[in-house]
Amino acid sequence: MRWLRLAWRQTQRDLAAGEIRLMLMALMLAVMAVTAVGMITDRAETGLQQEANRLLGGDAALRADTPIPADVPAQAEALGLRHAQTASFPSMVQTGAAVALADIRAVDARFPLRGEFDVQDGAGAAVRKVQGGPAAGTLWLSADAARKLGVRIGEPVGVGNLQLRYAATLLREPDAALDYFNVAPKVLIAYADLDASGLVQNGSRIQYRMVVAGDAPAVKRFSAGLRAKLSRGQRLESADDARPEIRSALERADRFLSLAALVSLILAAVAIGLAARRHSARHLDASAVMRCLGASQGSIAFLQLGELFFLGLVGSGLGVAFAWLLQWGVGAWLSQAMGVALPAAGWQPALAGFAVGFTVLTAFAVPPVLALRKVPALRVLRRDVPVNEPSAWTVGLLGVGGLAALLWWKAGSATLGAIILGGIAGTTLVLAGVAWLLLRWLKNARQGLHGPWRYGLANLSRHQGMTLTQVSALGLGLMALLLLLFVRTDLLSRWQQTLPADAPNRFVINVQPEQVAGVSAFAKAQGLNAPALFPMVRARLQAVNGKPVSGADYVQAGERAKRLAEREFNLSSTAAFGSDNKLIAGKYWPAGHTGAPELSVEEGFADTLGWKIGDRVRFDVAGTPLEARITSLRQVEWESFKPNFFVVVSPGGIQGFSASYISALHVPEAKQAAMDALVRDFPNLSVIDIDAVLAQVRSTVGQVSRVVESVFYFSLLAGLLVLVAAVQASQDERLQEAGVMRVLGASKRQLRLAQATEFGALGLLAGTVAALAASTIAGLITVQVFDLPWRFETSLLLYGIIGGTLLALAAGLWATRKVTQAPPNETLRTL
Amino acid sequence: MNTAIRVTKLGKRVRLPESELRILEDVSFALARGETAAIVGASGSGKSTLLSLMAGLDIPSEGGVEILGTALNALDEDGRAKLRGASVGFVFQNFQLLPALTALENVMLPLELSGHADPEAAARGILGKVGLADRLQHYPRQLSGGEQQRVAIARAFVVDPAVLFADEPTGNLDTDTGRAIADLLFDLNATRGTTLVLVTHDERLAARCQRQLRLSAGRLLS
Repeated sequence: MRWLRLAWRQTQRDLAAGEIRLMLMALMLAVMAVTAVGMITDRAETGLQQEANRLLGGDAALRADTPIPADVPAQAEALGLRHAQTASFPSMVQTGAAVALADIRAVDARFPLRGEFDVQDGAGAAVRKVQGGPAAGTLWLSADAARKLGVRIGEPVGVGNLQLRYAATLLREPDAALDYFNVAPKVLIAYADLDASGLVQNGSRIQYRMVVAGDAPAVKRFSAGLRAKLSRGQRLESADDARPEIRSALERADRFLSLAALVSLILAAVAIGLAARRHSARHLDASAVMRCLGASQGSIAFLQLGELFFLGLVGSGLGVAFAWLLQWGVGAWLSQAMGVALPAAGWQPALAGFAVGFTVLTAFAVPPVLALRKVPALRVLRRDVPVNEPSAWTVGLLGVGGLAALLWWKAGSATLGAIILGGIAGTTLVLAGVAWLLLRWLKNARQGLHGPWRYGLANLSRHQGMTLTQVSALGLGLMALLLLLFVRTDLLSRWQQTLPADAPNRFVINVQPEQVAGVSAFAKAQGLNAPALFPMVRARLQAVNGKPVSGADYVQAGERAKRLAEREFNLSSTAAFGSDNKLIAGKYWPAGHTGAPELSVEEGFADTLGWKIGDRVRFDVAGTPLEARITSLRQVEWESFKPNFFVVVSPGGIQGFSASYISALHVPEAKQAAMDALVRDFPNLSVIDIDAVLAQVRSTVGQVSRVVESVFYFSLLAGLLVLVAAVQASQDERLQEAGVMRVLGASKRQLRLAQATEFGALGLLAGTVAALAASTIAGLITVQVFDLPWRFETSLLLYGIIGGTLLALAAGLWATRKVTQAPPNETLRTL
Repeated sequence: MNTAIRVTKLGKRVRLPESELRILEDVSFALARGETAAIVGASGSGKSTLLSLMAGLDIPSEGGVEILGTALNALDEDGRAKLRGASVGFVFQNFQLLPALTALENVMLPLELSGHADPEAAARGILGKVGLADRLQHYPRQLSGGEQQRVAIARAFVVDPAVLFADEPTGNLDTDTGRAIADLLFDLNATRGTTLVLVTHDERLAARCQRQLRLSAGRLLS
């Protein structure tokens, strides 16, 4: 206890004297970076999970194209789960005056099990949140459906054989976001009315769903039991399947953010190691005196470790506190960007923050500080008595070991951890290698300089190891930022510039066969390019080369193949392909082809399902088989924004099936009003604004990269801390040399000039190295990922050099500000 | 008398938490140009303090120092540095060479700081004189103690100073090397007419100077 008190007093004293402030700052930064990222992704994950459950209307759902077998609800009940059923299908609904095609959904009184419906009992009435669908004998209409039918609350609507009373307007369904293209008017009826409506007939395209909710382990057991014996046409959905686009964006952001946090962590750890060495060197005399006064090695070790413990508590505590503030701000924004309410941050990331803080301290600060216990008492009399320094191997191994453990834990797998550590180490080595070459050049260049300039540059060459550490650390931080800046600005705008000026910006869907001529004539009348209209039929895979197939046959080929084999997808037909399709195998059907139907399949799609030229594939189109041979494989340029299909049938192949058409139009800014007129003339059409989608993509990429960027600022800050720690490690030498220079007649200005030369050159090196590395990686991304021609990014070089120089100058001059302030005699005497 | 250094009623006190320590008290003397003087005395008698005050490295509590007619009290830190750069040379017991610079660069440094037109030629010349013509590109760590002190002496003399201060210049060297270094100092003093002030414990070295200023408990013994 007495030693703990002493340790606390020493911590306070060292903090007040500024001795360990740098260590504290580095520790705080490391903990803050890791914790903030942990908190933000934790919140986003939990928020998404809750949102996903709401979107499902429960915790898991069984989707089927035949009624749910009676034993399934019984299984759910046996496990103590609540359950509810729905059935959806398109059908006509009517009033005395109007008829409209609507999406009908029958829900039972328990649906949804998670989330609720928003309904309104009349125009201007308050919005009610309700669980359970409409009562038997009534229905709810979406505002769109009510408008199309021209019906008012209380009036009857014909649904099949029934006349149901319009009881409320449906404003929002909990699971509406699941089906983006679901654009037809909505009608909600009671499940109990389904049979009586007479709409359920053989061959009706009804989708049945049963959702369950309850304890997570019970849901898991239920899902596992069901998954094992899913029959054809049945699919189990869990919350993980919901919002795939957000989930994958989140996973990618999580990986980026964690990487950024890890770079900060590693750099901060280096700064802590450097600062700990200096701290230990400055405590040599005090420890020797304590040994003289009878302190045992154990007591000194306890005192030093105690100080590190308190430092760890204060540093990690502050880091976690700042991280909490940061995630609080980012969380509000993220919640808005994702359209998901985010729950509060959990306590695990905070605990993890403390764990990271103490691991870094143990790996990087304990070895040099612990060496103090071996200080010989004789040092009190003779300062030249050698001090037992910890071996470089011990320090290195402990440091790398500690980092590897942290990476393993953060990455979730040893392999991924090793890849990240290897990647960062490799990048750092390359940076250090380039820096070493530049440093050699600088060494020769200093011959041409004189006085303070020469002395400043000479300082860089003298502490070569330290200089390389500083350049690599600052360079790594700068490189990450430059790269992000490039991706966020240059690359996105260059990619957009590659889109042709007349690329379609509106998709028109749901065009009925009899409307095709009308829509074409309308476009022509409005002065728009004649639109190409593609027919679409919904088809389900039935057999390949005569052998019936189901999802189970594609389990080996992966989740995507399995899903493609199970779900319905669109088949189209065309006489000839546009320039956005490139033939890569087989040959297209000739013009005027009238023979047996042939198939052209997109290369990736064929690859996933293991199809090749010559295979015979049979589809089920609304109960009728369609069989054809694959005669060509195509590569599709999806970025052209023109309608394209995985599977295209030769002309006449889908004749006789009920098809709807899709078209893409380029509508110039000045002709936006034409689209409104189109929808007025053809009310059943839906127009999707691609410009808006693109703008959304742009803004999402921008927003996500800004969050990642903000975390990379931590890396830059950590890089600067390494620079300052290295300067402080050589502070005693610097003080002595400044004293000598003063004795030789150097003015303050000349001393500052020497320092400015040193740090300016250091920043120049770091900036150049960072910019070269960032340009190379940017080039690789441009060519490999975006398929754009390589171009040297001079702006990156400029930003890197100016940014690096200014930052290093500011940090270095700040760190050495005391060197010029003391009178020379005092400077010489304190050594 | 053509005075190089005038010390008048010089005193230095250091404030301790509960008392005041007088390191130097009422010291006065003058040295003519070209004169050689040794400051001697027991440890703690104030020798090094006197030297620092004379070189303007520290500020006196009372009294003053004039170098070549310029009162150091009237100058600020940069002013004193400028005076040192132009007229004062310094040799330390532990050499104080800058480890990042070669022997040649170390010697060139004071010339460069004062804006000399051709520092390299001057530095090469004097390094040749002290016998280090073949050691120009060596760094301090590559030189022996005696060689390092020769570089330090070359650095002190290269600006052709009117006054040279040497703090235990042979203190870290063996007897033979120490004698060779002392010879070098006195030779240069003789050929260049520099006023030489050295602090030493070595009575034989002190005896080679024209004057011995003996300090005891901060006071100059007559």
